[in-house]
Amino acid sequence: MAVAAANDPMLPQPHRVRQVVKETPDTFTLTLEPLDGAGPSPFRPGQFSMLWVFGVGELPISISGDPAQGDRLEYTVRSVGKATNAFVGCEAGDSVGVRGPFGTGWPMEAARGRDVILVAGGIGLAPLRPVIYEILHNRKEYGRLVLLYGVRSPRDLLYRRELAAWARQRDTQSLVTVDYGGLSWRGYVGVVTTLFKYARLHPARWVAMVCGPEIMMRFVTRELETQGLAQADIYLSMERNMKCAVGFCGHCQYGPHFICKDGPVFPYNQMRPLLEKYEL
Amino acid sequence: METLERILAEHPFFAGLESYYTTLLVGCAANVRFDAGSYIFKEGEEANEFYVIRAGKVALEILAPQRKPIILATLGEGDILGWSWLLPPYHWKFHARAVENTRALALDGKCLREKCEQNHDLGYELLKRFSQIIDSRLEATRFQLLDVYGSRG
Repeated sequence: MAVAAANDPMLPQPHRVRQVVKETPDTFTLTLEPLDGAGPSPFRPGQFSMLWVFGVGELPISISGDPAQGDRLEYTVRSVGKATNAFVGCEAGDSVGVRGPFGTGWPMEAARGRDVILVAGGIGLAPLRPVIYEILHNRKEYGRLVLLYGVRSPRDLLYRRELAAWARQRDTQSLVTVDYGGLSWRGYVGVVTTLFKYARLHPARWVAMVCGPEIMMRFVTRELETQGLAQADIYLSMERNMKCAVGFCGHCQYGPHFICKDGPVFPYNQMRPLLEKYEL
Repeated sequence: METLERILAEHPFFAGLESYYTTLLVGCAANVRFDAGSYIFKEGEEANEFYVIRAGKVALEILAPQRKPIILATLGEGDILGWSWLLPPYHWKFHARAVENTRALALDGKCLREKCEQNHDLGYELLKRFSQIIDSRLEATRFQLLDVYGSRG
């Protein structure tokens, strides 16, 4: 019975909040661990979970932690509504429910042996963070790693210490820009697409993974195509209103796809005709 | 040691330009350096040159009353700085400040304006290249105005 329950994708597994880290004024990273000695929750970079805040509701959140650390799950959440407010308001020791992991994840196999460019906007860095861990743990299996990261202002930067540490890694370039920077900001000011010219891309070798607001992804994909990347080498993480997470309810249907089951990561050549439709 | 001719010929902005024109541009070019914190030009001043940034970082700023200067964008290695030299009334519209120690090539716009008037082929080649820069900065500005990372982003 217990095994059947654990395998039921609709049944939340109880987890305990182990740590809460404030990343920005409205964004927090929560580390969860399974309760009662339940087994580890292996996941692939780019997958997401459905998180139950008991008595409040359920929300789909990408896993932002290290896939090699199977005894815990990390989620970076921006507080924008009732359920996210309740989730980021959790304290160490509180209980939450977790369903999943769900979804396809980033194309780590297809990226093996190639250079990888990650383009993140705002909280879109969270679903790409496991990709960075995966590549840095298996450095010889991948070529150059380039991270282009754009946020609204310096105070909105996620994972500040890690950004600095990643930039020091071999064969890794980490470039950060802000849309609005004060005089004390010494980095780049401008939208994320303005960073491409500093990235020294060789289109045939690259796989691109893009995550951020949909409008940002449209600007970025246009720039990637201008840089010479093939549409099939560009992957996007899509976001829609996910409820069941297993393709039953249809809430996240996007054209012929269910974002929860067929995605959230899709090759750009599948998404391009849909991205330009107002009705979707 | 890299010659100015080679630097210009290898820069993407000048790619495809006939060597005759490159030589002509070299005649209008000079190496310049700016210490971090110094101003390269200021709003309202005469705009008589443009810059090819070779190293460092430059902030484009605008002053607002009773506020600190606002940084509109930064430019770095390989970027072209300034097109006000090309368009009347030939005055800078923003401040440009070196954020880091910056090396650049300065091209004499006043001299180039005269050469472009005399040689429309050169003028067309330069306008094509500056149009691409203006187009990409306009697109970036539109993207920036959308404020996509705001609460509704």
